[in-house]
Amino acid sequence: MSQGVTLDRVSMRFGSFTAVDDVSLDIRPGEFFSFLGPSGCGKTTILRLISGFSEPTSGQVLIGGKDMRGVGANKRPTAMIFQNLALFPLMSVAENIAFGLEVRGLSRTERRRKADELLDLIALPGIGDRAVAELSGGQRQRVAIARALAVEPTVLLLDEPLSALDLKLRQHMRTELRAIQKRTGVTFIYITHDQGEALTMSDRVAVMSQGRIEQVGAPQEIYESPETAFAAGFVGETNAFPGIVHAADSEMAVIDTKLGQLRARNCAGLSGGEAAVVFVRPERLLPADDGILVRVREKTFEGSFIRVVGEGQDGVPVVAQITNAGDLPDLRIGSETRLRFHPRQAVALRPAPHG
Amino acid sequence: MTGNRFSAILLRAYLVLFFLYLFVPLAIMGAATFNDSRFPTVMPWQGTTLKWFDALWADGQMWNALGITVVIGLLVVLISVPIGLAAALLLGSLHARARSFLYALMISPLLTPGVIIGISTLVFWRRFDVPGGIGLSVLAQSSYIAAYVMLMVTARLQRFDRSLEEAALDLGASHIQTFRRITLPYLRPALIAAAFIAFLQSFENYNTTLFVRGIRQTLTIYIATKVRTGVTPAVNALGLVLIAVTVVGAAVYEILRRRQLRVDAARASRAAEMEAQMQAGGIPTRTAADELGAGAVPVALMGATGAPEGR
Amino acid sequence: MAELSRRLGGPIAALAVAAVAIWLVLLVALPDLLMIDYSLRPNLPPSEIGGPQDVHSLANYAVLWSNKIHLGIFFRTIWASSLVTVITLVVCYPVAFYLAKVAKPSNAALLVLLLIIPFWINEILRTFAWYIVLAYNGPLNRVLTGLGIMARPIRWYGTAGVMVGMVYAYILFMVFPLTNAMESLDRNQIDAARDLGASRWRIHRRIVIPHAKPGIATGCVMTFMLAAGSYAVPSLLGSPSSRWFTEIIYNWFFEGGNWNLGAAYAFLLLLLCIVFIAVMMRLFRVSLADIAR
Repeated sequence: MSQGVTLDRVSMRFGSFTAVDDVSLDIRPGEFFSFLGPSGCGKTTILRLISGFSEPTSGQVLIGGKDMRGVGANKRPTAMIFQNLALFPLMSVAENIAFGLEVRGLSRTERRRKADELLDLIALPGIGDRAVAELSGGQRQRVAIARALAVEPTVLLLDEPLSALDLKLRQHMRTELRAIQKRTGVTFIYITHDQGEALTMSDRVAVMSQGRIEQVGAPQEIYESPETAFAAGFVGETNAFPGIVHAADSEMAVIDTKLGQLRARNCAGLSGGEAAVVFVRPERLLPADDGILVRVREKTFEGSFIRVVGEGQDGVPVVAQITNAGDLPDLRIGSETRLRFHPRQAVALRPAPHG
Repeated sequence: MTGNRFSAILLRAYLVLFFLYLFVPLAIMGAATFNDSRFPTVMPWQGTTLKWFDALWADGQMWNALGITVVIGLLVVLISVPIGLAAALLLGSLHARARSFLYALMISPLLTPGVIIGISTLVFWRRFDVPGGIGLSVLAQSSYIAAYVMLMVTARLQRFDRSLEEAALDLGASHIQTFRRITLPYLRPALIAAAFIAFLQSFENYNTTLFVRGIRQTLTIYIATKVRTGVTPAVNALGLVLIAVTVVGAAVYEILRRRQLRVDAARASRAAEMEAQMQAGGIPTRTAADELGAGAVPVALMGATGAPEGR
Repeated sequence: MAELSRRLGGPIAALAVAAVAIWLVLLVALPDLLMIDYSLRPNLPPSEIGGPQDVHSLANYAVLWSNKIHLGIFFRTIWASSLVTVITLVVCYPVAFYLAKVAKPSNAALLVLLLIIPFWINEILRTFAWYIVLAYNGPLNRVLTGLGIMARPIRWYGTAGVMVGMVYAYILFMVFPLTNAMESLDRNQIDAARDLGASRWRIHRRIVIPHAKPGIATGCVMTFMLAAGSYAVPSLLGSPSSRWFTEIIYNWFFEGGNWNLGAAYAFLLLLLCIVFIAVMMRLFRVSLADIAR
């Protein structure tokens, strides 16, 4: 069973500081939904508002269509995986997992049966009587998941649970979390500052900055068609060429930049004379006979592609990732080359409010 | 270097002197118990005897005083530990300004001379016609011993991971369940230690009790009275017994502490062992369940996440 | 308050607040306030309490001011307690330094345990031990005369006895704050200073002592408070010529039968301790939170 979560004009202020600023959002039942943003962007506050550890200053949180105002954390159908896991150190593994059942008044044998079931599910059978201190990091991770699933939540909240793990294990856990989500069908709401995690696991991602939602969409959508300069810059690597709109229609815009006139999709409804930035992903820059003139500063051979860091006119930085198709141009450091991109694969957006 | 060495020796010599200074008076007091003399002294030695233990054993007043002291001590524990616990919890949930104001108020009894605490309690309760006695002794002592308890509980509470409480609430526990199952067990060692210290503080209190005791004699009052009105080595015998109890208590405490350390170390090494084992197993190929010899894993769900933590 | 009930839940928060309120109001604040009120009223027979003569005045305080003997004892108590505090500080400083910065941690733990043992035994027994040692025919006099250091025994009971007994009785209250404060000092700072050629004395004056300030303040406040407020030590080791202010207070209560005067004297003693704390806080530039730990 899973339920959707709706945020309706939710704001959260601490004194004069606004942590969450008028956020409205629909998270669908059974979805793997991520909040992605730098630390301090308000994503953890949103998680705490959904879990019931805090109440919004204004606006509504609805779970399964029900208004959650006045419903404490212990009465909500959510369960949370904490960043530090928060396993109870004085209880055995089985007691940890069955804690939610214990407080619901299930009998000892019932609890034990359920704990063993979940231990099977997380592939750690037979460790129920261990102390938490006897578990390795990865085992703890899984016990925390089992503990949260034991109460059969309709929404599972995950607060950067992978951040304490090393890189290899972290990457592996992504697949695993995704698999658990598919199997259980529970709505997952995932908080992270790691775009890789958000893009690989999520059905949809909300990019956040300074308490506001910049964009909501499927990972590919956000990557291909960022709607704000922040989203473009935060998700994936990108080139940013600032300038002034020369001409624009509903589909395309022409921007005067230091690199010359560049054409890109007009996703933000820009009109002539406005300040704008053209964003182009490095892998969309291709060697060509005409186009932007770039002097190569650094070059990294990665096998299947070559990464070039260079500068254009007036020192504008340009990064390109050129596929190794067997006919690479001369890219010696100090040499000049020309790069081109397809206007449909670039977007023109308004600059971010702060630099 | 020789200067260094010299001062190091000097410091060590000082320390030896210091501990002699600490223990010689107690040793003399203890030794005087066995001197067959009417007065407690070690010089001249008039023969070795154990009769003062018999005298102590037969001293009804002493037993009476001991009984009253224990009753007061237990009541003080019953009152000061819950208050100290409540105070620590309260401080733990307050913010800067309110917190420091309340903190200052709470520790003020520790900076107040014991006689003042006794006097103010005596004067206050006279208004309600409550005379000195066991009751007032308990109240007066609790008023400052609760502050000790508060400090001890606060020290442990500061190391408490608040997300444990949130996790419990999140799993559906009520606040009372959370307190009983999570917070209280975590605080238990501090509470036991605090109860012990509270009892000890009460047991050895003299200055405060002196004013609120009414006609009751606690052990310290009894000893002081004895010393001034006609002291015999029976008092030394009592002192020796108390020292012996203390030393045994300290030894037991130390043994228990070491045993706990061993248990913790064993657990940590078991976890480390497991991590090492799994690391050797490689990450993506084998599952943790395989490592544990548990056989097939449902779904491709759980890979080898039992692998090492970053730390 | 909202924070409190969200964290602890309504019932527990209410219980905690109630318990703390009972403690701070009923056991701490009101008794102190009533003692002050008492000290401002005359000593009247029960029938006249609340009558026309029962008015507030500073008369009880004037009694101390006009009684030269009591006033002398008050100032001698201040002076002697200050001296006890200084001596205890000097005696304990090297020990604390050794425990915090010289001894191996395992050794230090054992020494601390050794230190605590005498203090688990009560103040009366600790003082009684010195009562035996300092007796006129006691071991100290015998050893000193036997060794020819003194021609004849000394009467230790009196001011000397009280000072010795107090220093002994309050050592722990000085050693622990000092050790705690010194423990947080980075050993490298000492080594660096030595490396730069600083003398031992200068290292302590410029590095260790400034770092240990909060500990010194705490230790001094505790020791002074305990010394000035002690009844046990002066009553056992004192003599009629070395009476302590607490003994006068006691007499007003249980021999003079004038509680109001006793309360006034007691409040002055409390005021003295508050002033001492304030002076120490100013002198060492530490906060109350630093002192009471």
